[in-house]
Amino acid sequence: MSKTIVLKPDKCLSCRTCELICSFTRAEEFNPQLSAVSVIHYDKAMISVPIMCTQCEEAPCLKVCPVEAIYKDENGTKIIDYKKCIGCKVCISACPLGNMAFDGNAVFKCNLCGGDPQCARFCPSGAIEYKDANPSSMLKRKELAEKFKDVFGEEE
Amino acid sequence: MYGLIGRLLRVNLTTGAVTEEAISESMAKKYFGGRGLGTKIYMDEVAKDTDVFSPDNKLILMTGPLTGTFATSAGRLMWITKAPLTGTIGCANSGGEFGPELKFAGFDGVIFEGKAEKPVFLYVNNGKVELRSAEDLWGKTVPDTTDQLVAATDPDAKVCCIGPAGENRVLFAGIMNEKNRAAGRGGLGAVMGSKNLKAVVVRGTGGIKVADNAGFLAACTEARDKLKAHPVTGAGLGAYGTEILVNIINASGGLPINNWRDGAVDRNADDISGETLVEKYLVRNKGCFGCSMACGRVTKVKDGPYKSAGEGPEYEAAWALGSSCGINDLAAICKVNFLCNEYGMDPITLGSTFACAMEMFDKGLLNVEEMGGNLVFGDAASIVEFATKTAKREGFGDKLADGSYRLAESYGVPELSMSVKKQEMPAYDGRSLQGMGLEYATSNRGGCHVRGYLTSPEILGLPVKMDPLVTEGKAAMLKIFQDLTAVVDSIGLCLFTTFGIGLPEIANMLRTCTGWDLTDEEILATGDRIWNMEKLYNLGQGFTKTDDTLPPRLLHEPLPEGPAKGKVCELDDMLPEYYNLRGWDKDGVPAKAKLTELGL
Repeated sequence: MSKTIVLKPDKCLSCRTCELICSFTRAEEFNPQLSAVSVIHYDKAMISVPIMCTQCEEAPCLKVCPVEAIYKDENGTKIIDYKKCIGCKVCISACPLGNMAFDGNAVFKCNLCGGDPQCARFCPSGAIEYKDANPSSMLKRKELAEKFKDVFGEEE
Repeated sequence: MYGLIGRLLRVNLTTGAVTEEAISESMAKKYFGGRGLGTKIYMDEVAKDTDVFSPDNKLILMTGPLTGTFATSAGRLMWITKAPLTGTIGCANSGGEFGPELKFAGFDGVIFEGKAEKPVFLYVNNGKVELRSAEDLWGKTVPDTTDQLVAATDPDAKVCCIGPAGENRVLFAGIMNEKNRAAGRGGLGAVMGSKNLKAVVVRGTGGIKVADNAGFLAACTEARDKLKAHPVTGAGLGAYGTEILVNIINASGGLPINNWRDGAVDRNADDISGETLVEKYLVRNKGCFGCSMACGRVTKVKDGPYKSAGEGPEYEAAWALGSSCGINDLAAICKVNFLCNEYGMDPITLGSTFACAMEMFDKGLLNVEEMGGNLVFGDAASIVEFATKTAKREGFGDKLADGSYRLAESYGVPELSMSVKKQEMPAYDGRSLQGMGLEYATSNRGGCHVRGYLTSPEILGLPVKMDPLVTEGKAAMLKIFQDLTAVVDSIGLCLFTTFGIGLPEIANMLRTCTGWDLTDEEILATGDRIWNMEKLYNLGQGFTKTDDTLPPRLLHEPLPEGPAKGKVCELDDMLPEYYNLRGWDKDGVPAKAKLTELGL
């Protein structure tokens, strides 16, 4: 069973630790601009949302690349082959989620740090997790099932 | 340079000239940044007889080498100038995201000098720096100012600003950033207001590099893992915020009630506790930049007369507006705390000034007519009303806006002000926590809990348990705490990290970040240097040993009940030993040999 990034905005502390460790891992400096993950704050709604590549199965970035510089590795991660990349940036246009970016020299995206995503490693609250996809959806199903139980079930 | 960017902005508000200058590495290695480097620059550049509101006074914003990096909770910035409330050195720090953003824009700090003819704000967009008109913002609250400035500049910009309290020179006006983070104490917002500087807006897209990538990552990982595993930094602060202390301090008999007059056991403490805040009003907790502890409280009072939303309160604010005023209505306390954020005002001094007025009313020195309201112990509605009057200096609010000392002194009863060097002491009774008594008396910015937080050993048992009721050993522990705090405040870390990590972890992060070959001892000695430098400033302002004291109530009125029943603060037992350990003479003046040793 393959793992996936699971984002839980209700747990996000707004601290942007993910942006720091991502930019440092990728570019050896602390710079949110060079991070493949971003935390978006909503003051009045009192919530922050982490946004990053969740590795589409039918990845537009991969499909649109004119020189086939984006490939799918054995874990399903979409990886940029910088030997092939010509920096045309059409992948930035193609990504419907805004998760392809350009750092001034090259395009970049989340590569899951080779299977050990550092954002998930250091996220203090569990707002970003890297884990089996199915148990996560089972949890949500159970939450929903609870509601059905509360509405239609007999009181305990 | 690593950690620090190595560049400062100098903004002359009189002429509008903006220049850039380099920070010398030798200076940085000696004073680090933040509180240390900012104070050094301030003392070098500002004549000691300068009036706090004169255009000749300067206001300095400074970050530290760790600010904006992966170091634990390293989102801090420091504001430095003379404090209007105390006349001592004034420095107040804040978390949030502004400090890191300033470094991403390419600057470690900003020196503001002169006075603008009309209200302005400074806009720093990477290397592009300009002063723009803020005339349409004058009079606006902190959230309104912030929203308008973000809309007028860049959606990702960060904003530091003052509210009406700073404009009106309320002597305890703070400087706010990201709406709810406050460089709160001492009235530095009034200095900003006196310069017609409404705000600083910053947007940066650059990065921060460190000297030893692998070493720094390892040092930060070790520190982060320790904070996560620690019950205070990994669980308590995130779950209940600093408000977790209400019931703990109350149980130790150290939560002063009714302007410290009627003891330090509050029977209604749980009504205003962190647990109650979570149960009734917490929406979620929030971390400053890069912080895993996330003590911030995002709170909402959903209905009733105090319906409102915002952040906080902190423990000390809840105490000042609560127990100290005989109030146990947490919704009203939240509301006033939100108003403090909106007007840009310190809730500790505000609540303590209310409490002082309430005691003066009890003594017949003030009446309802004169106050134009019912500022009496236990009246929650009145503190909401008078918070606004104070920020706007309306009616009796004009007197409250000068803090408790000036209020009480103007009626001939300065002893009713529960302050040290005219700044109000917060939330921990020096009779129940003897070490905190010494801390208040010796703090370089007057009555304050974050200049050597001996509550940590006295109550929490960190790093070792000390009996709060005894004086023995407190002077030596306080010196270490004061020096380490000066280090933490100068490198850009949050003081709360020191519940879970100590000098070795902090020193490792600093060394691998900057590449400086400093031993742990040399790093702590830098804290000693900064402490002595601040002391020299205060001596130059005319402060003497007689100012290193406490309100007579703490020295002569024994506590009536609780675990510390019968105790006063035995300051005389501790102060001579403290001076001696500091290398100061019997009058609290640093000896020449000590200053030479510190390179001052």
